[in-house]
Amino acid sequence: MTSLFEEVPAAAAEGVPVRRITVRVNGTPRTADVEPRLLLAHLLRQGFKLTGTHTGCDTTNCGACTVLVDGLPVKSCTMLAVQADGHEVTTVEGLAGPSELHPLQEGFKDEHGLQCGFCTPGMMLAAKALLAENPDPTEDEVRFALSGNLCRCTGYQNIVKSVLWAAKQMNGASADEGSAE
Amino acid sequence: MTATEPAPTTSRALDEIKIGGMGASRRRVEDNRFIRGRGHYVDDVVLPGMLHMEILRSPVAHARIVSIDTTRAWNMPGVRLVLTGEMMATRNLAWMPTLSYDTQAVLATDKVRFQGQEVACVIADDPYIAKDACEAIEVEYEQLPVIVNPTQAMAPDAPIIRDDKEGQADNVIFDWEVGDKEGTDRAFAEADHVSTIRMHYPRSHPSPLECCGSVADFDRATGKLTIYMTTQAPHIVRAAVALIAELPEHMIRIVSPDLGGGFGNKVPVYPGYVMTILASILLERPVKWIEDRSGNLISTGFGRDVYLEGELALRRDGKILAVRMHTDSDHGAFFGDAQPSKFKIGLLHSTFSCYDIPTAHLTARGVYTNKAPGGVAYRCSFRVTEAMFFQERMMQAAADELGIDQAEFRRMNFVRDDDFPHRTPFGFLTDSGQYAKCLQVGLDAIDYEGFRREQAEAAKQGRLLGIGISCMTEPLGAGNSREYDILGIKMFDSAELRVHMTGKAILRTGAKTQGQGHETTWAQIVAHELGLPADDVVVEEGDTDTAPFGMGTYASRSTPVAGAAVAMVARKIRAKARKLAAHLLEVSEEDVEWELGRFYVRSAPDRGVTIQECAMAAYSNMPDGLEPGLEANAYYDPPNLTWPFGCYIVTVEVDPMTGVWDVLRVVAVDDCGVRINPMIVEGQIMGGLTEAYAMSSMQFITFDADGNCIGSNFMDYLLPTAWETPGYELHEVVTPCPHHPIGAKGIGECATVGGPAAFVNAVMDALKQYGVRNVDMPLLPDRVHEAITQRHDVSGAPPIRTDA
Repeated sequence: MTSLFEEVPAAAAEGVPVRRITVRVNGTPRTADVEPRLLLAHLLRQGFKLTGTHTGCDTTNCGACTVLVDGLPVKSCTMLAVQADGHEVTTVEGLAGPSELHPLQEGFKDEHGLQCGFCTPGMMLAAKALLAENPDPTEDEVRFALSGNLCRCTGYQNIVKSVLWAAKQMNGASADEGSAE
Repeated sequence: MTATEPAPTTSRALDEIKIGGMGASRRRVEDNRFIRGRGHYVDDVVLPGMLHMEILRSPVAHARIVSIDTTRAWNMPGVRLVLTGEMMATRNLAWMPTLSYDTQAVLATDKVRFQGQEVACVIADDPYIAKDACEAIEVEYEQLPVIVNPTQAMAPDAPIIRDDKEGQADNVIFDWEVGDKEGTDRAFAEADHVSTIRMHYPRSHPSPLECCGSVADFDRATGKLTIYMTTQAPHIVRAAVALIAELPEHMIRIVSPDLGGGFGNKVPVYPGYVMTILASILLERPVKWIEDRSGNLISTGFGRDVYLEGELALRRDGKILAVRMHTDSDHGAFFGDAQPSKFKIGLLHSTFSCYDIPTAHLTARGVYTNKAPGGVAYRCSFRVTEAMFFQERMMQAAADELGIDQAEFRRMNFVRDDDFPHRTPFGFLTDSGQYAKCLQVGLDAIDYEGFRREQAEAAKQGRLLGIGISCMTEPLGAGNSREYDILGIKMFDSAELRVHMTGKAILRTGAKTQGQGHETTWAQIVAHELGLPADDVVVEEGDTDTAPFGMGTYASRSTPVAGAAVAMVARKIRAKARKLAAHLLEVSEEDVEWELGRFYVRSAPDRGVTIQECAMAAYSNMPDGLEPGLEANAYYDPPNLTWPFGCYIVTVEVDPMTGVWDVLRVVAVDDCGVRINPMIVEGQIMGGLTEAYAMSSMQFITFDADGNCIGSNFMDYLLPTAWETPGYELHEVVTPCPHHPIGAKGIGECATVGGPAAFVNAVMDALKQYGVRNVDMPLLPDRVHEAITQRHDVSGAPPIRTDA
């Protein structure tokens, strides 16, 4: 086994069980040998080097580690990697291609929906799940949908505006309004 | 958006807003990486051969360590090192200095003094193994009596918590006074009325979403120690590490990459950092430590925990004659406050600075208790949050007692616009402000009179409405270096600007952004000073090998001090560029005029050169005798603090049946001088208001009588989510700071400092009819309900109800 936490291959400790899993991450199938107790957040961060998924509390409260599993928001710090076997995972790195931005990413930038940026990936993925289900949410619906994600910098007001901005873009309603400046 | 500069003098001058200069709501450049998940935080650092550290913490608050058995941990596969206090002591590293000239245990040797104190640590191949091994360490504790508040700490028979300190015969850390005692006593004797109030500002934890962490990498071959760490003040840490580890300073490199928030929590040097350094030196491999949230919540930098007895001497007509205050503050087991060493309780005595008070006297006592070391300036300038909260609560209580309208009472006691510079009763010098105007903007915005009518109507239906006002001025931007220091290191800040041949530039400062947007804002200052488009200026911070020596970012120092240094270094560049322009234009320097982005000949305005052309000349066509290149650095020692002013007005409705209160409206009026990037300023205010709302409504850490921390995770330590957080209405007044190079004052903390009293005052206004004068924060429904039904003040001082 290759330890997920070291670049140098290390022998699996004696008696440590290992499971082989295959997860489709941002559209690409990835295979890994993991300890059954390994958390999904750690598999993504250390195993697959997708460090956009952050861990802020280890207890499913802060939401910084939110990813989409089969399109639904999941806090990856309390899901085991083995539970993702055979499933589809979307992280912030999979929101858009390298040279383009998802409307949510544009919205967060345009409406100043972030400061330190630590909660931002989780916020955007929670928002993506909301917009998939409810493309035209009210402010209250956005606030409720994001209530599992903590932010300590922004006071949320601009985050909510960012999501509403993205919803508008995705619905194509603002074509005639020009830029936000 | 804000218009700032007068119209350009010639048609060639640049449009400052278009190039991203002062007043432009320029979109943040740092966002380009954060929205793609490409931020680079400490936990993202991976080095070849890296090992992982976990810390074993004490489960009890006060106990003698009888024995520590690490045998089982050592025998686990994958474990490389197990450290205990005893082993640290052999290298003289069991104790470290704090930022207040106290000492703090790195790993406990004799006793544990708070729950969560570091007892041992394990370094292993991966963090899962390290955690397993921590659990395999057996520690035997002999429990001792526990002290959780100042009353217990000062009892004559109290156990001495710091028996490790020579000459420490009690639990008192300091007993400090400031002001004019005799004059104050005289004023109180002559007063028509004395208003008295007791309050507790509860202990709170800043809780940035990213916990603390470090990756230490000692290279035996070169002797160089590199530490990636979560710190708001990399250069101070470098100095501290040089002193603690006895390593030469030039062989230490501290890198503070992207930080997931700080709020003061990432100023101190924590034991975990020190342990990774020692482990890396011993193992000669990189060692990573990433704190978990419960470790973060129970052991790192708390704020507040201050008790107040406050008195105002009043004339019948509402004039304040004198202020008298006594505070007892709980600093936990080690005095670790980050604050200028000259001031024992930070800038608490900045209280009442916006009011014209003839005389005042403050006594302050600090004590040790069996809690984690506290006293970080949680989103405030060294205990200013407490100062302004107590001030505005005292103001409201006094206005109610005199039967004077709360807004009128403030207005009549304000320092007037023509009274600046104003010397406060505690000796600070404030320089500018339009306090009455600021308040009036707020009152108009919320329709104060209209709300009073609505409140009276609602009362007829048994509904409880309330309106609270809080006005405050905050001293931001320490230095000057005469009075302000950390560990004796004088407070100033720095910037270094290199303009390349093509007019692109790199700027480095001694500050350290944690989400405030320095990369965007600093470039705007350069654009304002030089006319280089902000997009052509890259900003780097946080690497001690490349950044100029600076004091870091906390206490809203960035714009008042580092921002000033940026302006000053840009002016140095402009001065040199003027020489180059004179050479290129073939005129004497005196004949060269400047407008944004361009030098021109005074007598022939059409003949000019751009700043970019000057940059090219600095490397390709310099005059004889002029040093090549276009770079400079500036160390800025501010002449004084800056004093932004804020006025926050909140309306609430309280449910008398349940004690639940809802925020109806929040109006904020801020005067932070000239606004560099209005979008970022407003973002800071909204974030600050949310912290204020959090403090007033739910966010506090308390302890039971055994010193157990109640709130070691986000299920018990409540932070507001998008659902509860109210919306905000923002307004501005602009009074430029007269001594700051660009007239700015600092804003990051104002709303957190001034906000809490507005929320509490609003609820107290609603409860006035019940004869209640104070409910301690947070205003939990059960406390409000008790106040309504029992018609008495409700104290939140810990320990809470251990008999229940």
